[in-house]
Amino acid sequence: MRSISQAFQERRARGQAALVPYVTAGYPERASTLSVLEALADTGADVIELGIPFSDPLADGPTIQHASFVSIGKGTTVRGVLDDLRAFRARRDTPVVLFTYLNPLLRYVLDAFLRDAAAAGAQGVLVTDLPTGSDPAVEQRIIDSPLDLIRLIAPTTPLELVSEVAKGGAGFLYYISRTGVTGARAELRSELAAEVGAIRAAVALPLAVGFGISTPQQAAAVAAVADGVVVGSAVIQALDRGGAAEAGRFLASLRKGMDRS
Amino acid sequence: MTTDASAARQRFGPYGGRYVPETLVHALDELTEAYEAARIDPAFQAALTDLLQNFAGRPSPLYRARRLGEAAGHPAVYLKREDLNHTGAHKINNTLGQALLAQRMGKRRIIAETGAGQHGVATATACALFDLDCVVYMGEEDVQRQALNVYRMELLGAEVRPVGSGTRTLKDATNEAIRDWVTNVRDTHYIIGSVVGPDPFPRMVRDFQAIIGHEAREQILAAEGRLPGAVVACVGGGSNAIGIFHAFVPDHAVQLIGVEAAGKGIESGHHSASLAAGSPGVLHGSLSYLLQDADGQVAPAHSVSAGLDYPGVGPEHSFLKDSRRARYTSATDDEALAAFHTLSELEGIIPALESSHAVAHVLAHGREVSGPIVVCLSGRGDKDVAHVARVEGRGSLL
Repeated sequence: MRSISQAFQERRARGQAALVPYVTAGYPERASTLSVLEALADTGADVIELGIPFSDPLADGPTIQHASFVSIGKGTTVRGVLDDLRAFRARRDTPVVLFTYLNPLLRYVLDAFLRDAAAAGAQGVLVTDLPTGSDPAVEQRIIDSPLDLIRLIAPTTPLELVSEVAKGGAGFLYYISRTGVTGARAELRSELAAEVGAIRAAVALPLAVGFGISTPQQAAAVAAVADGVVVGSAVIQALDRGGAAEAGRFLASLRKGMDRS
Repeated sequence: MTTDASAARQRFGPYGGRYVPETLVHALDELTEAYEAARIDPAFQAALTDLLQNFAGRPSPLYRARRLGEAAGHPAVYLKREDLNHTGAHKINNTLGQALLAQRMGKRRIIAETGAGQHGVATATACALFDLDCVVYMGEEDVQRQALNVYRMELLGAEVRPVGSGTRTLKDATNEAIRDWVTNVRDTHYIIGSVVGPDPFPRMVRDFQAIIGHEAREQILAAEGRLPGAVVACVGGGSNAIGIFHAFVPDHAVQLIGVEAAGKGIESGHHSASLAAGSPGVLHGSLSYLLQDADGQVAPAHSVSAGLDYPGVGPEHSFLKDSRRARYTSATDDEALAAFHTLSELEGIIPALESSHAVAHVLAHGREVSGPIVVCLSGRGDKDVAHVARVEGRGSLL
């Protein structure tokens, strides 16, 4: 089984950044998850973030909110997402990070979730509303599980605390490129390169940058300074335009942009 | 970052905490530091006391409601008249405190969420007073139910942003306010309206509302020469309840009774009784009782009163419930509407629909209490008159 670290290391060895697309499970249809995951795996995804939808996605902008509400409305459950993942894992070895909020995991019962997610073929878990130190017992159970705990660094995290906030994290470290919620944006901030450089100097883990990246040019700009590029809302928008095939074409265009730089 | 000692301060037993995106953690650290400095700063407390007395009209009276008592079969029912505060509810106690704190922190932009609109109006009022920019998020359904309060906020210079996502009520207005805060956190302070949200909000809002109970305790001792048998308050997020309970928590003989909204009946599934019918979960930054489905999705709440129409509850209430220091019960929409009429007719006081739930409990169960009863009349009902007329088939009066 490929690990998240391996996926990043392989890109790094070639002087490239990893591409990490996000999709909401069960969107646009309950049954579309498998074909979407395969399309992403086949067009350049090094690691995939698979979103388990939550009714109150307060870290997400309108695109992922909408995808979450549609998915829940069509009957997506945590168990159903793990079933989708198991089916994908039988066909592809692209590492998967389950991206979600804490409440569905607590309701499933955290230890059972960690066990079942690992058995279904997940490599990591990212919980947007579980910042470092917020619930040491819960964090420790994830750290002790086979899954990598993906830690997040925000632009508001004081630089001197970065290594502390990254503690317990594995796989990669996720840098939120701007204050705000997820969603495509026209411009990247000019300070980004300097911030990413400072964080990379403070931690050993590969650093992926996400939030607001939606074009091959932006992906290339981020790839030039970071170890990975996370793209979410723009993938969902591609799905809206033309389904899994269009999401795959979009991802391939990002990869091409990143490799040209 | 959270140390072990500060982690303990962030919780009430297992409840509370700070389940928020990393982007907000530093702002919560700053807010905690600023608040802990302000609460022991005599200059801050003096400024707040001056505002509460001379701007908001405190202390609020403790009124002996004789005719209500007769109807309830109890000789000594008192109303803590938070409805007489400036802007018509207890919410002003908290918004003045937080606006003063925002000013101290140099934050010039304020955001808030509102359900019934009372917290939005109280926030807009404090912002007008302190010359702060103010944006209030309000669910589209509540914008309809509480049109008068929308106009009041606009008169006070606030921008009201209707929220059309999700349930289009308080829960999603809160999500949208948090999203705004995550985006504009560097220059914005979020004035949460109840004892909910990530630490330090539940304890900070409690401290600002605790004046209700401190006054009520002195007032009942002056009037009756003894402590009450019971203190009763409605519970949505639970700020007026925590506010009046807090001073009485060490008085073990005083029953603390919280009244949640049973909506169309708890068995109907259309209610807001998180403590009675929910289970612990994480929403809006804290762990507390929550209405949720088997998959951990937050379930829609229902109440005739917009201010109680919320699927969560403040974490300190969850702790008071589990520790049995407080008891939580509920009143239905119909019982609250009946109490709304009863108090209007018997005492000449039109209560908020939220507070009507507490009055309904006293009408139904007051006779079971030995010793005086203190009811928190958290707000006045002017805002609800048009809505009640509609609900009761009187058409659109206003």
